[in-house]
Amino acid sequence: MPQSQMQNILSTNNQQKISLRAKGKRKRAIKNFIEAMLYLSPALILFMAFVFIPLFRSFQISAHITDPIGRLAKFVGLLNYQRLFETPNFANSLKKTFLFILYTVPTSILVSLGLAVLGDLRLKGISFFRMVFSVTIAISGATASLMFKYIYHPTVGVNYLLSLVGISNIPWLVSQQTALMSVALTTVWLQIGMNTVLILAAMQTIPEELYESAMIDGASGWRRFIHITLPLLSSTFFFLLVVDMLAAFQTFTPIHIMTSGGPLESTNLLVYSIYREFYFNGKFGFAAAQSIMLFFIMLVLTSFQFVFVERKVYYE
Amino acid sequence: MMSSNFRRRPLITIGQYLILIIAALIILFPIWSAFNISMMSDTEMGSYPPLQFPSAIRLNNIRRALTQAPLPRYLLNSIVQSTLVMFGQLVTACLAAYAFAFIDFKWRDFFFLLFLSTMMIPWEATIIPNYLFVRKLGWTDTFQGLAVPFMATGFGTFLLRQFFLKIPYDLKDAATIDGCGSFRFLITIVLPLARPALGTLAVYSFLQTYNQYLWPLLVTNDPTMRTVQIGIALLQDEERLMINIIMAGVIFILIPTLSLFVVSNRQLIRGLTAGAVKG
Repeated sequence: MPQSQMQNILSTNNQQKISLRAKGKRKRAIKNFIEAMLYLSPALILFMAFVFIPLFRSFQISAHITDPIGRLAKFVGLLNYQRLFETPNFANSLKKTFLFILYTVPTSILVSLGLAVLGDLRLKGISFFRMVFSVTIAISGATASLMFKYIYHPTVGVNYLLSLVGISNIPWLVSQQTALMSVALTTVWLQIGMNTVLILAAMQTIPEELYESAMIDGASGWRRFIHITLPLLSSTFFFLLVVDMLAAFQTFTPIHIMTSGGPLESTNLLVYSIYREFYFNGKFGFAAAQSIMLFFIMLVLTSFQFVFVERKVYYE
Repeated sequence: MMSSNFRRRPLITIGQYLILIIAALIILFPIWSAFNISMMSDTEMGSYPPLQFPSAIRLNNIRRALTQAPLPRYLLNSIVQSTLVMFGQLVTACLAAYAFAFIDFKWRDFFFLLFLSTMMIPWEATIIPNYLFVRKLGWTDTFQGLAVPFMATGFGTFLLRQFFLKIPYDLKDAATIDGCGSFRFLITIVLPLARPALGTLAVYSFLQTYNQYLWPLLVTNDPTMRTVQIGIALLQDEERLMINIIMAGVIFILIPTLSLFVVSNRQLIRGLTAGAVKG
């Protein structure tokens, strides 16, 4: 009898212990959760106020017509979206934005690769050249746009210098054939600094031994570049591709300063069009619909890149 | 090594220098021509064929630009805004990254994804409600209106978390046993170890904010609250101003940033690349 009693007592004791431990665990989980929330709360509150709720509000506004100062006036469902596709403006902005990406992103990555290769030469004074190649990091979009605006100026600009080498009168910002390209050139120049720095930094992490053993195997400089340098840079290229593309998609400053979307809407990129519709024309709902489209396009683009391009990227 | 290389193949080395110099000249050309135009007199501006060099070093145009617009005040506004955003981002990102790296809590993955998802939402997709909200708060023409919306960062949180994860967890156990609370652990142990990542985030957020254009354009109307990017761009709306004076304004705000760039080049580059390349 004492034995069975003992067993009884022991087992209840064990049960108590187990339930105590479970309680302790749950208590700790709650304590951890509260602690974590305290650490997250500053960022979470800001994200709520300035990202998540506004995104929801963008959807809401896009389904309404507003008064000129932005108060919701009437629910119209998808009418604003329908209007987007009926008027030629949105299609034009979209087309120009994609063209702009096509002009800027590959060019600036290729030019930067060239500059990074130059900056990687082992020569005396190379650090000076590296600094020059990265100088546009220190220059803002607004100052660059102003400088280029006057480089493109018909009388005081670069056209006279170009005429000396036989290139006559490029209309730059005044013709709808060349305006977008001229703005793109400004953007390329601005992006070169950061791109070169990142490519050069990635090049310098490639271990020297790889090149040495390739040299022993008799690989020429060009083959070493194709078979060692480029593959090992692929993750950097992927990063730059995504970042530069998103930046090009969001281009606003040079448009606002250099062309105001003209001539004849030829540089009316998406973000500029959003700005003009709500800030000047007071069409908040219409502009919000455009910004929602921007959101979805960027979402698709980034996911697409992550799914298809990243697979082909070589990681160390 | 270098000199022997030179002795062996002098022609190739000279060719390399030539290419380097040409590339450098092309990149510097826009800055170079802005400098030249900024020093030309009004009559020199009108001559044709256009002069490529000013006949004298003139600083007069800078003075004329300064009487048109309070450029130093604009610079100060931009620096205040960028500093506020930088500190705000450092604080919120450190706290959040610490929770993600060192605390095991329920729904951690969900919250982490929530933070990452903010990187997928372009700022332009939310700009209209944000503009209406800030206007309703009465924050137009204030520093809080310029800075507070940007004080949380998904990218920065991600960057710091990746760095914090490299810090051995044993350190935290040891600290807990020694009776060190988690906040003190963050301040005294984690942050000093994470200095390179903090530097990257600081440089990155400062530059990003300093370059902002659309948001300050929307939320500042008062000329004394304009940031430098807006202020310099609005110079061209003054119809009386000639190009040489506008360029003088550009040069005036370029000089401090360019000198800072030259002086701190090494640290700046290291800061910018530490996160992106290794992270």
